[in-house]
Amino acid sequence: MSAAALLKSGWRAALLPVALVVVAQVAATVSHLESDSLASPFDIARAFVSVIADGSLLRATADTLKAAAVGCVLGVGGGSFLGIVLGLSRIADDALDLTIELLRPIPVVALIPVVMMLLGFGVEMEIVIIALGLLWPAVVLARAAVKEVEPRLMEVSNMLQLSFIARLTKIVLPAILPQLFMSLKLAAGYGLVVAVTVEITANPLGLGYGIMMAQQALRPAEMFAYLIWIGAIGWLVSAALNAAQRNFFPAFVKGEGR
Amino acid sequence: MRHLSLRKLLLGIGGLVLFILVWKLVTDAKLVSPIFFPGPERTYAALVKGLSGGALLQQTLQTIQRMLLGWLLASFVGILLGALVGISKRARAFIAPMLELLRPLPASAMIPVAIAFLGFSDHMVLVVIAFGALWPMLLATIHGFAAMEPRLYEVSQVLGLSRLEVIWKLALPSAMPMILASLRLGLTISLILAVVGEMLASREGLGQSILAASRSFRSPDLFAGIVILGAIGLVGSRLLSIAERRLLRWQATSR
Repeated sequence: MSAAALLKSGWRAALLPVALVVVAQVAATVSHLESDSLASPFDIARAFVSVIADGSLLRATADTLKAAAVGCVLGVGGGSFLGIVLGLSRIADDALDLTIELLRPIPVVALIPVVMMLLGFGVEMEIVIIALGLLWPAVVLARAAVKEVEPRLMEVSNMLQLSFIARLTKIVLPAILPQLFMSLKLAAGYGLVVAVTVEITANPLGLGYGIMMAQQALRPAEMFAYLIWIGAIGWLVSAALNAAQRNFFPAFVKGEGR
Repeated sequence: MRHLSLRKLLLGIGGLVLFILVWKLVTDAKLVSPIFFPGPERTYAALVKGLSGGALLQQTLQTIQRMLLGWLLASFVGILLGALVGISKRARAFIAPMLELLRPLPASAMIPVAIAFLGFSDHMVLVVIAFGALWPMLLATIHGFAAMEPRLYEVSQVLGLSRLEVIWKLALPSAMPMILASLRLGLTISLILAVVGEMLASREGLGQSILAASRSFRSPDLFAGIVILGAIGLVGSRLLSIAERRLLRWQATSR
C-alpha cells in the first residue's frame, strides 16, 4: 500500500478512536471528573509517563514477556515434538488420541491452583502454566502438518533407511517448518494472554499484577495506562510475528489466503 | 473401515488405561508428595462423593450457568453488532480497524476495569465473560459478511430486497460456517473466564472451589474439580460440533 493510499483509507480507521479520545477528554473536563473507576485521557497519559519514569512499567513488561517467551518456547517445542512423533507413528497416534482428546478441553486456568500448590508463586509457576496451555494446540498443529508431508518423501526416507533422527532433521522438519512457525505465531499471542491471566489471578508479578494493583489502589488513570499498554504489547507482538512470517515464508502466507 | 475404527477404539482405550496406570504408579511410588498429587482412585472417590450430595454438584451447575449466560449474551450481541457493521461497507471501513486493534487485548486484562466499575459481584463476572467471548463472534460475523460473494449483493439489489432481508436470507447463511466456528471458540473462552472470575471474585462455582481446595491442600477435591471442568469443556465443544455439522449439511451437499 502506498503512503497516499494509506492516508486515504487510514483517516477512516483513525476517525473513531480519535473521536472517542476527544469525547472522553471533553466529557471529563466539563464534568470535573473525580472518580475511582474512570480517568480522562490526559490523566491516563500522565500516569503512563510516570510509570515509565519510575521503571515499574518496563520491569513488569520484561517479567511478563520473559515468562510468556520461555513458556511459549517450552510449550510449542514440547508440543511440536509430541505432535511429530504422533504424526509419524500410527500406533502411537491411535493409542494416545483418546487420552489427548480428554485432556485437551481442560481449561488452562484450572491448572493454576495445582501448579501454585507444587511450585508456589513466582516466574517458574507462570512459565509451567503457559507451557501447559500452549502444549495441546502445538501437538495438534504439528501432527496435522506431519500427516500432510508428501508421502513420497517418506518413501524415500524408508528407502534410504534413515534413522529416526535423520528422518526428523532431513525430511520432516524442513517440510513442516512453515506450519511450525505459524504454530509459534498463534502460541505467542495466546501465551501473552495466559501470562496476563495468571498474573491477574494469582501471581504477584508482571503486567497483570500491575494493573490489578492499580485498580486496588484506586488509581484508575494508572489502571487504564496499564490496560492500553497491555493491548499495545499484544498488538506489537502479533505484528512483529506477522512481519517475520511474511519475510521468511512468503509463499506460505499467500497460501493462507489473505 | 469398520475394522480400522475398532482398532483405533481398542488402542485408544488401551492408551487411556496406560495413562491412568502411569498416573497411579507415579503417585504410589510417591515421586510427588501425595499431599499435592492424589492418585486416580482418590480423585475418583472425591468426585463421586462431591457429586452425590457434596457441594461439587451445586458448584458445577453454578459454573455452567455462568458460562452459558455469558456465552449467550456474547453470541447475541456479537452477531447482532457484527451484522450491523458487516452489512455496510462504509461502517466496516470506519469501525473494523478499531476492533482489530482491540482484539489482541487479553480479555482477563479487562477484569480489573470491570471490578472498578461493578465490584466483586456476579454481574462483574458475567460482564467479563460476555466481553471476552464477544470478540470471536463479532469479528467472524464481520469477516463472514465481508467475504460474501459480491454477486449475491447484486442479486439482492435486482430483487429489491431490504437490508434486513439481505442480512437474514443471504449474508447470515453465507457467514454461517465462520460464525459457528467462532461460537465454539467463544464457549471455550467463556469457560476459562467463568473460572477466572470465580477465583478472583470468590463467587460460588468450580473456580472458587478448586482454589479453596488448593489453599487447604485438599488435592483430591482439586483434581475432581479439574476433571469436571475438562468434562464441561469436552461436552460443550462436542455438542457444538454436532450442531455445526447438522446446520451446515446443506452446504456439504450443495457443493
